[in-house]
Amino acid sequence: MSPVTESRLRAGLLWSLVRAGFAEQAHYRLAVAAGLFTNVVFGFIRAAVLFAALDASTTAFAGYDRDTLGGYVWISQALLGAITLMAPISSVEERIKNGDIAVDYLRPVPLVAAFALPAVGRAAYTLLPRGVPAVVVGLLTTGWFLPPTPGPYLVGVLSVAVAVVASYLGVHCIGLLGFWVVDTRGIKAFYGILGTFLAGLFVPVDLFPGWLRTLAGFTPFPTFLQYPVDVLSGRVLGAAAWQHLGVQLAWGLALLALALLLERLGRRHLEVQGG
Amino acid sequence: MPGAVVEVDRLVREFTVREPVPGRRLRRRARRVRAVDEMTFTVGPGEAVGYIGANGAGKSTTIKMLAGILVPTSGSVRTCGLEPIGERRTLSRRIGVVFGQRSQLWWDLPLSESFAILGAIHRLEPDALASRRAELVEELELADFWSTPVRQLSLGQRRRAEVAAALLHRPELVVLDEPTIGLDVLSKQRLREFLVHERRTRGTTLLLTTHDMGDVERLCERVLVVDHGRLAYDGTLSGLGATVAAERILVVDLAEPVADLQVPGTRHLGSEGEGVRQRLAFDPATTTAAAVLTAVQTRAEVRDLSVAEPDVEDVVRRLWARNRAVGAGGRPGSA
Amino acid sequence: MADLTAYRAVLASRVRAQTTYRLSFGLDLLGALLVGLVELAETWVVFSQVDVLGGLDFGGVLLVFGLANICFSVADLLVGHLDRLPRYIREGTIDVFYLRPQPLLAQLVTSEISLRRLTRIGVGVAALVAGLVANEIPDPLRAAAVVGLALVFGTLIFCALFVSAAGCQFWLVNGAEFTNAFTYGGSYAASQPTSVFGTGLKITFGFVVPAAFVGYLPTLVVLGQPGPALLPAWLAWFLPVAALWSCLLAGLLWRAGVRHYQGAGG
Repeated sequence: MSPVTESRLRAGLLWSLVRAGFAEQAHYRLAVAAGLFTNVVFGFIRAAVLFAALDASTTAFAGYDRDTLGGYVWISQALLGAITLMAPISSVEERIKNGDIAVDYLRPVPLVAAFALPAVGRAAYTLLPRGVPAVVVGLLTTGWFLPPTPGPYLVGVLSVAVAVVASYLGVHCIGLLGFWVVDTRGIKAFYGILGTFLAGLFVPVDLFPGWLRTLAGFTPFPTFLQYPVDVLSGRVLGAAAWQHLGVQLAWGLALLALALLLERLGRRHLEVQGG
Repeated sequence: MPGAVVEVDRLVREFTVREPVPGRRLRRRARRVRAVDEMTFTVGPGEAVGYIGANGAGKSTTIKMLAGILVPTSGSVRTCGLEPIGERRTLSRRIGVVFGQRSQLWWDLPLSESFAILGAIHRLEPDALASRRAELVEELELADFWSTPVRQLSLGQRRRAEVAAALLHRPELVVLDEPTIGLDVLSKQRLREFLVHERRTRGTTLLLTTHDMGDVERLCERVLVVDHGRLAYDGTLSGLGATVAAERILVVDLAEPVADLQVPGTRHLGSEGEGVRQRLAFDPATTTAAAVLTAVQTRAEVRDLSVAEPDVEDVVRRLWARNRAVGAGGRPGSA
Repeated sequence: MADLTAYRAVLASRVRAQTTYRLSFGLDLLGALLVGLVELAETWVVFSQVDVLGGLDFGGVLLVFGLANICFSVADLLVGHLDRLPRYIREGTIDVFYLRPQPLLAQLVTSEISLRRLTRIGVGVAALVAGLVANEIPDPLRAAAVVGLALVFGTLIFCALFVSAAGCQFWLVNGAEFTNAFTYGGSYAASQPTSVFGTGLKITFGFVVPAAFVGYLPTLVVLGQPGPALLPAWLAWFLPVAALWSCLLAGLLWRAGVRHYQGAGG
């Protein structure tokens, strides 16, 4: 087989994995509606609290105004379905536990592709039906907050795409620890709780006290949610937006490298332990 | 029938299913489907009845209505003389149900604790609980894994434990939904022996759904065949047609491809791999697997073999074919 | 009562099962502690930017947070496992509960107790105590009475919310997340000063889902504040009525859900 056709075949295979995730999600229309509803209710509460805080603030409120704060609340709620902050119930560690992972190693694509690509497909499916209505509700209830220039949308699309993939890679790496740790539940819980907080889901990372913000900066979490929100809401513009994207990419590649490394070590572990 | 354990009269159960409309991606259309269609039968005390039919024929739906889980669309059902929905809690003390695929044991607890909880749930007196538990532990051979968490048990061990759990409160009616599904030959055998014993010593009424003709043959003297929600046959197993029910299938793998084997006393069911694997049906009442094998060996070299029992679906299919050949005219009613 | 014996037997074994693996149990406890702390941290971060939010200072908000968190966590410990119902329905294991001589809801409630929530209750207690110490309380007797009322009936309100959510699951199944808006959303709303909400949210989380009764209204009484429009402090004394309303709603939704399952399920 010529290298050209082989790489085309390979690309086709990867694409079909994305589509599989997409199709799987399409069965759960009600689940998408339910997630949207919950995001919107939380958006209302969060917006009320943060706007009240903004009005009462004795500080510069990290430079937030009504527009960027509204953007923060509603765009973060809109992205929540597509970003993976909590480890999903069924993922790689379940297959490690029941031994099916040995079958996954036989596939012609790396584990990370077999697991991450359907996840990306699922995310892409939720992005529009869960994201767009959440933003629209926000616009209707808190006023216009979307940036007026095309720049933030252009970088924003890339930023969201990287965040969707990178955030999944994070939980995938946690799942791969299942090769060595019998019960990953505790680790997953810590990751999920600290991750959502440091990602800036509850309050914007920039409102954190200095030391906590520095600490968050040493983790990939802000790049999963706070960064794409900052870019899409136009809070960071121009070169700063591209810099955000650069940091996101760097973390994404680091997580990919870690995933591939754990995958190789896991394979060796399997061969030595015999499953 | 006075004193009937199960009385089902013109029982109907419909479901609404939503299905996509062809050509319109987002539209769904609601359709009413009859899972159980004008079913009528009674089961007397102490009877053992096999309730068989293909997947989706309406067996589980009927059982759920008997047990008070589902409300009938129309018609009536009485179980142990009670109205299952309204008197569900009273009824639950008098029936035991084993769902082949659904556990009523606590996954992370050993049987010893599960049975203590079940005893409390069914409000058994300590003495009654202890004696019944001892009985079940002995007859179902649960002692070896009595203190092992359920999740660590093998399928066969777990199924025996499930049966014991359903029988702990000495129910007068035991409903078994696919009791032997997935079990190996030895485990099946043990379970069947236990059920025969239970029925003989306590007069328990048995109603079982199964895909396994072996279950029906060894446990039941009466068979209900259900097809598309309707009762297709109600009578003795022998009446179902000895040849239909008791047929065995010999599968032989041959050293090299040969033409379809024609062995006297058998029917050729099919060939695979250009005749390397062939399937022959025979009646164990007229010949034996050994005799068939000997006959085959005179024609070709046999590499490997297995003997299988026909599936219930096979039996039902042939029942239909026969009824049609007889000219029963449309659907055959209950006998 | 024999049903209590069954509950005791189940609980004893559940407690044993949860505490057998000390490391896992320790991590679970730590995880729940972290959830409580992170929620507290959120409020704390907001108060690094403001002195007063919705008429309450940090000490006042600690009272709201403490009451809401204790009530929600106790309810979660007692009945939070009702959120497994969608899985039971999908896998058909719900049918097993029908074969036992207790009411369905009683069986589901008594099937588990989530001990790991204990640490989160601890965070709530710490916040409540800190709030009581930090604030000047004009009438300690009234304060004690209203806090007691809030702890009992607030817990009942959240229990009722969990039951209402479970009742809806018989219809939703795949859309189970819908009800999170009212259970977890209710808990989130209850730990904020309700005065920051607009009219729509005030009515939703003040009266439909009476979350304001759990934390905010009792806090007003403790601090001797009059309260905003729509939510005067004296409403706190109607906590039992709010709880009764929640229970009625829960009963209706649960009954309707069970009927729906028996009528259309399968």
